[in-house]
Amino acid sequence: MRAWRELTEYPSAIVGLLIIAVVVGLAVYTLVTMPYGEAIRLWRGGEEVWQDYPKNASPSWTNLFRQSDLPATVVLDTRAGTAEKSLDRSTPGITDATLDFTFDWTADYFPQELSLFTYASFGEKQPFVEVTWFTPDDREIKVADLSSKASDAYRFEADASLVRRLKGVAPQRALLADPNVEELTPLKGQYRVRVTGLFFEDDGDLDAKLVSYGQVHGMAGTDHRRRDLTVALMWGAPVALAFGLLAAVGTTITTMFIAAFGVWFGGAVDGLIQRLTEVNMILPFLPILIMVGTFYSRSIWVILGAVVALGIFGSSIKTYRAIFLQVREAPYIEAARAYGARGGRIVAQYLVPRIIPMLIPSLVVTIPTYVFLEASLAVLGLGDPVLPTWGKLINDANENGALFNGYYYWVLQPAALLMLTGLGFSMVGFALDRVFNPRLRGL
Amino acid sequence: MLLITVVIGIYLTILIANMGGYVDEIRKGSIRESISISVTLNKAYQNLTVDQRRTLISDLVAIEEGRLGLDQPFAIRSVRFLKDALTLNLGRAEYLTSDSGSKLVRLIILERLPPTLLLMGAAQLILFVVSIFAALALSRSYGSWADRLVIALAPTGAAPGWFYGLFLILIFAGLLRLLPFGGMVDAPPPSDPTAYAISLIRHLILPVLALVLSSGVLTIYNWRTFFLIYSSEDYVDMAKAKGLPDRVIESRYILRPTLPTIITNFALILISLWTGAIILETVFNWPGLGRLNFRAINLYDTPVIVGIAIIYAYLLAITVFLLDFVYALVDPRVKVGGNGGAQR
Repeated sequence: MRAWRELTEYPSAIVGLLIIAVVVGLAVYTLVTMPYGEAIRLWRGGEEVWQDYPKNASPSWTNLFRQSDLPATVVLDTRAGTAEKSLDRSTPGITDATLDFTFDWTADYFPQELSLFTYASFGEKQPFVEVTWFTPDDREIKVADLSSKASDAYRFEADASLVRRLKGVAPQRALLADPNVEELTPLKGQYRVRVTGLFFEDDGDLDAKLVSYGQVHGMAGTDHRRRDLTVALMWGAPVALAFGLLAAVGTTITTMFIAAFGVWFGGAVDGLIQRLTEVNMILPFLPILIMVGTFYSRSIWVILGAVVALGIFGSSIKTYRAIFLQVREAPYIEAARAYGARGGRIVAQYLVPRIIPMLIPSLVVTIPTYVFLEASLAVLGLGDPVLPTWGKLINDANENGALFNGYYYWVLQPAALLMLTGLGFSMVGFALDRVFNPRLRGL
Repeated sequence: MLLITVVIGIYLTILIANMGGYVDEIRKGSIRESISISVTLNKAYQNLTVDQRRTLISDLVAIEEGRLGLDQPFAIRSVRFLKDALTLNLGRAEYLTSDSGSKLVRLIILERLPPTLLLMGAAQLILFVVSIFAALALSRSYGSWADRLVIALAPTGAAPGWFYGLFLILIFAGLLRLLPFGGMVDAPPPSDPTAYAISLIRHLILPVLALVLSSGVLTIYNWRTFFLIYSSEDYVDMAKAKGLPDRVIESRYILRPTLPTIITNFALILISLWTGAIILETVFNWPGLGRLNFRAINLYDTPVIVGIAIIYAYLLAITVFLLDFVYALVDPRVKVGGNGGAQR
């Protein structure tokens, strides 16, 4: 309690605690609202999960720093009732479907892409589908004649003949451009896209979805596979916390026990532990983790096990040993021996509790190291194959040249969260160090 | 003493690399597969019956395994691996080749070593010099705004170098377009030696800066604390009372006794820098060992990955050895040849 009161006297500790609280809150919120299975579905699901998301779109908060907003995604779907549909079955043997998609364009920028997804139900003959584009100034542009399969995707900019008719300008620009202005600027107003389907059957039916992909998406933007980064950013929090905490606790506690046993039993045991520590210092930590990752398993839990195993004989054994050597001579240990306590009991009940105050700061300080270690391994391409983590986001971004292509949000968001988590723990750790190590106080 | 440590360390690395025979299983599988394919495709064997072909394949597999030494028990093989590793006979790469076209892992690694040594050498030198002067200056102006700034910024040392590298690339290469995104020299490399050196230095700035930023603040903070602890000793007050100039007090009465502590601290920093460089090189596309390791991971080139781990074990051992040596030089209480563990 005294320690707690002293800790709150350090402003950096309070800031650090606040940051930790926020990250822990985010982790808990994530686990509650987006359980593991749901997160995996959203992140690994496949095309249909993120079909309607734009590619490499910036987060929508970036609009706050722009003079005029970038457009968001507009989805118009006849099945959802956001577009009109009428069926004409008056002629026997023929079904006429007319679908109207109307939307207002107010942004100063063009959409990123335009796509039309058609869902036709028919017996044998594929229907003819005709797509026509009506601009606010009543021009009529014929987009395409298609024969639709049961479900089909028509991507405007991939249609070479449409691009040729639009004089080589990308359709998502040319179709919305103001014809009276030299430079390509969007013409604001109400647009209408008419999709007609001609079935050579009585009970044909056509549904369609028009997607005008925006240049911003959601809280966090999207990646090269159209996935929403929010999923990975949110799930990164519990993963990072669990990895950091477990690795830090695992290595610190085993190290401390080994140091205590070495000091208590002395002689050959102590010598062996000392030599092992020296060997461990030479073992290349990261290359060994890389070998474990490549040859054995990339699962985050296996890596965690390897980290703890390699950390057991870490260099902090020497620090703990020095402290234990002093504690061993204390009178209360002698008292314990006098009443006949055995080695194991003395280590667990008398030596270890004594050092816990000194242990806590170093435990907290090492948490960020492990949080960043997970990210480091992910950046090397050795991240967990299933879980979305912050490091994996940075890795994806790096592999797709995010910095080179100017998708800064892709790197900055996970990096900021990593930095925040790391800073939070190490600020608290530094303050704890000063509270528990009187020698540092006042320095 | 150190030699035994190195041998044990490398042996452990080999044991881990082999995962209790796990890698051998992979290799045996790929031998069997490639031999059965070559036998099936060989026209000369097409008239053989299925049984004949099967015995032929298993004979060939046994020969190949014998050639690679896979038929011996693991304990014997691991000793042979150890001998190979100690003599840097690291085998042949499966996919990667050196620039000169060799497939020997040793040559591939040796070719990549100079860029890594250049990068790490430059970074470590700058880190040491900057930290020691900055720490001395701060301990002199204890409590000033710069001092408090360093204390406040010390927790930022938690982030590794590559992490700062990302930001530096973003700012200096992405936004300002002042410095290159990565690599070691411009492509194509300039033929003029001066132009080559300038290009090299331009590419060095960001990775070195990233390393110094990530370790620098924390190092300065720690060393400043050491200096402060030692400058409150009685003999320093005595020297002040004698009226010795500040410079002399600093170099003889503060720096001298602090050096062993500082060197121990620096040794630990160096060890973490060595391994941290793997990712830094990947992020900066620096054609060194780390980048090679990254490529080997992606190609699943087992011999190269194991070889690099062994080379890193050597580099760490050399670092520890050199530091023990320096330690003995600066601390008269430690004699060279004694049990040189860096303890305080």
